[in-house]
Amino acid sequence: MPGPAIEVRDLVVRYGKTIAVNRISFEARAGQVTALLGPNGAGKTSTLETLEGYRRPTVGTVRVLGLDPVRDHRALTRRIGVMLQRGGVYPGMSPREAVRLFASYYDESEEPEGVLYRVGLTSVATTPWRRLSGGEQQRLSLALALVGRPWVAFLDEPTAGVDPQGRLAIREVINDLRSAGSCVLLTTHEMTEAERLADRIIILDHGEIVADGTTSELTTKEGGKGIRFGAPAGLDTVALGAALAATVDEEQPGEYLVHADPAPATIAAITAWLAEKDLALSDLQAGRERLEDVFLRLTGRPESTNGTVARDPAPPEDEIRVEPAAGRRRRRVADGGRGPGATEPQE
Amino acid sequence: MSGWRAQTRAELKMTLRRGDSVLLTLGIPVGLLVFFSLVDVLPKPAGVSDAVTFLAPGILALAVMSTAMVSLGIATGFERQYGVLKRLGSTPLGRPALLAAKTSAIVLLEVIQAAVLVGAAVALGWDPHGNPFLAAAAGLLATIGFAGLGLLMAGTLRAELTLAAANGLYLVLLLLGGMVFPLDKLPGPLRAFSRALPSGALSDALHGTLASAGHVPGRAWIVLVIWAVVAPVAAAATFRWE
Repeated sequence: MPGPAIEVRDLVVRYGKTIAVNRISFEARAGQVTALLGPNGAGKTSTLETLEGYRRPTVGTVRVLGLDPVRDHRALTRRIGVMLQRGGVYPGMSPREAVRLFASYYDESEEPEGVLYRVGLTSVATTPWRRLSGGEQQRLSLALALVGRPWVAFLDEPTAGVDPQGRLAIREVINDLRSAGSCVLLTTHEMTEAERLADRIIILDHGEIVADGTTSELTTKEGGKGIRFGAPAGLDTVALGAALAATVDEEQPGEYLVHADPAPATIAAITAWLAEKDLALSDLQAGRERLEDVFLRLTGRPESTNGTVARDPAPPEDEIRVEPAAGRRRRRVADGGRGPGATEPQE
Repeated sequence: MSGWRAQTRAELKMTLRRGDSVLLTLGIPVGLLVFFSLVDVLPKPAGVSDAVTFLAPGILALAVMSTAMVSLGIATGFERQYGVLKRLGSTPLGRPALLAAKTSAIVLLEVIQAAVLVGAAVALGWDPHGNPFLAAAAGLLATIGFAGLGLLMAGTLRAELTLAAANGLYLVLLLLGGMVFPLDKLPGPLRAFSRALPSGALSDALHGTLASAGHVPGRAWIVLVIWAVVAPVAAAATFRWE
């Protein structure tokens, strides 16, 4: 398929006087997982719902597989899979019934039992939706998004409120979609999930793109000057700093940051200092900022710290800020929003 | 096409699985029919000796109302609240097929209701006369009007409000519908008002078509047609899918 699977150009989404999405542009390709990462209210869901055809762009254009999601809605529904932030299933319906019903909508669909197995719902296949746990409901919603063999899958907060085992299953399913050549666009407010799931991360804040690139691009480009390591808590950071001729901070008990260029000599000096005192070293990272810190630096606030957002029945209207932050600098880490897949030849 | 058929099956199955819906569409009509046929305390029109003779057509009208307006309205309201309608909007099923499936499920449920109620009424001594085809036509017109009212509530109110409003309206239309006692017993102005409602018009039409002596007043047909046009148009104009 020529061209990007998803094209967003100068998209503005406005509800009355409030601006949810403020002139964003990006592309996403087949065979690649792209994450829209941002705090609540960043405009993630509004962007997704515009691509799904639920709302029209106020300004700008969006294309999915070259089609207009509103005008060519019927044609597009055969090719896309959608996972809403919550709900979407008849409360009295069991996973097996729901997956079979949704399979009947498509000319070509996955085998329902196989889909239930892949998302790990075989053991609760006959339990009504309303009696499933939050994580099981999420996995059913994912199952319904993939049963029609989508070329493009839109997943809104796929792992929110899901237990670790469920997350593993969801990650596997998303990897399968990528391997099958689908374009996956997902949203998340959790950095670790974006890092684990996506090939490429677009950080949104106040309706604007503040960073765009692969995890490694995002974490090495700026501010990645320090050396980070783990060791027993309570080290004498002044003494270590003196030995390295650099400032050393204990950011959290047992987690240290050396403010120095990640030169091999400095790393050798750290390990030598630790060896002299017979202290165990863990987790050495050089020249790399944690994604959390990138996020914090770009958005000026920490990530939402828990999964309650998933259960919070936030309608898209909540994804709104009255005005975009004035004077917010727009930073692009990677050029032109190209991810790793972009360098590969497209058929 | 297979999507539509599977959807119809699913809609019917979901309706029959909901306890409140079975109570409303079968339990209450059968209960009223049996109770008031055996316990002859309600007023009857002049010239009717058996309670069941008057009750059977009225309860059939009640059954149509409970399925097309109340059950449909409540189910659709909750489907809207749970994001089911929104989710279906991004599948190839499409809205026309969804509406067709909902309509088919209602008609199938009404056929089940009619079979049960006519069976019960005959067992209670009802001797149906008249024209079943005309009765079916009146039922169909009323179904469209009632479904429009149900969807009008489901598409504009929160699900809990739809639940309350649909049940409240059900009770009002039941009392003013000439379903369990004749409209003649109502005071004049209220009687005229009742005859302008789809419930009153449907029970007039069914009493007319299913009774030997009866005929259907033209007014009832006109009222049914007007509701069958106005209610769905209002619902379509105001319906919010999410």
